[in-house]
Amino acid sequence: MTEQLDPAARTGIVRDGLGVGIATGAYGTSFGAVSVAAGLDVWQTCVLSLLMFTGASQFALVGVVASGGAPMSGALTALLLGTRNTLYGLRLAPLLGYVGWRRAAAAHLVIDESTAMSVTRESRPAARLGFLVTGGAVFLLWNLATLVGALAGTVIGDPRDYGLDAAVGAAFLALLWPRLDTTRNRVVAVAAAAVAIGAVPLTAAGVPVLVAAGVALLAGVLRPRVQRPEVGP
Amino acid sequence: MTVWTAVLVAGVGCYLLKLAGLSVPASVLDRPVVARVADLIPVALLAALVAVQVVGDGRSLVADARLVGLGAAVVLLVLRAPFLLVVFGSALVAALARLLT
Repeated sequence: MTEQLDPAARTGIVRDGLGVGIATGAYGTSFGAVSVAAGLDVWQTCVLSLLMFTGASQFALVGVVASGGAPMSGALTALLLGTRNTLYGLRLAPLLGYVGWRRAAAAHLVIDESTAMSVTRESRPAARLGFLVTGGAVFLLWNLATLVGALAGTVIGDPRDYGLDAAVGAAFLALLWPRLDTTRNRVVAVAAAAVAIGAVPLTAAGVPVLVAAGVALLAGVLRPRVQRPEVGP
Repeated sequence: MTVWTAVLVAGVGCYLLKLAGLSVPASVLDRPVVARVADLIPVALLAALVAVQVVGDGRSLVADARLVGLGAAVVLLVLRAPFLLVVFGSALVAALARLLT
């Protein structure tokens, strides 16, 4: 580890990481408010942000509970969404090069934002700095904001009067939006939504979302054959 | 109690999924099918969650103010609004729609 970052590069990475941390952390308020509106208490809401610490999974768990689903269906949905962090970890492992307790600690910070802010770096010190600053800033602010949102959520009365039940769908759509960049993803999204809606009258709440995961499985396994045009004679 | 169980099980499970990524050799999951499915799972789940959150009500389907809220979210996303604005803007529009109906 003799590689050193020059001060300018260091400042840039820290500034970028803090910026992402503030922007992302702030929307912990929406999670806190939505979670309390779903019927979780302030403690459960804060433990989710501290322990699970991956936004989409947290929203998924409280979303399923809000729609009347079994909490365990919510947990399963959260875990399925959490599998993408495993893939992030695979990409980060050689870059960060952590072992032992450092790896165990770093694992908690493996989320979309910290991954995005470190996989583009060219050296290990730069990757580590981007990862730690971004992950640390998001963790701190996300948890503070969750508490603020949850406390606010407990004093406002019926969440439906404030449209907070609609906010859950908006949050999922905002998380989905950047992934709709390819035709394949758009087709899968529409098919999954259709399957889930079709399953609503047939299954217990929470199950339709899990059924829709089958669309991803099917689409991934049955890859449309890429037609390679024959080179002309 | 079951909510607490779900919170703890899913919380610890999500941590272990992160740790697994940093710990297992890349070759274990380095198969095209695994990569494709893993890439598509968030897309399918998030799309399904949007649908169920917006038109689901227990075992029935209803069109209410939530749909109006989702429309507002789409407009805000097209306008590249930041996450918080999308979420609370959508809530505000849904609340207004509820007030007016």
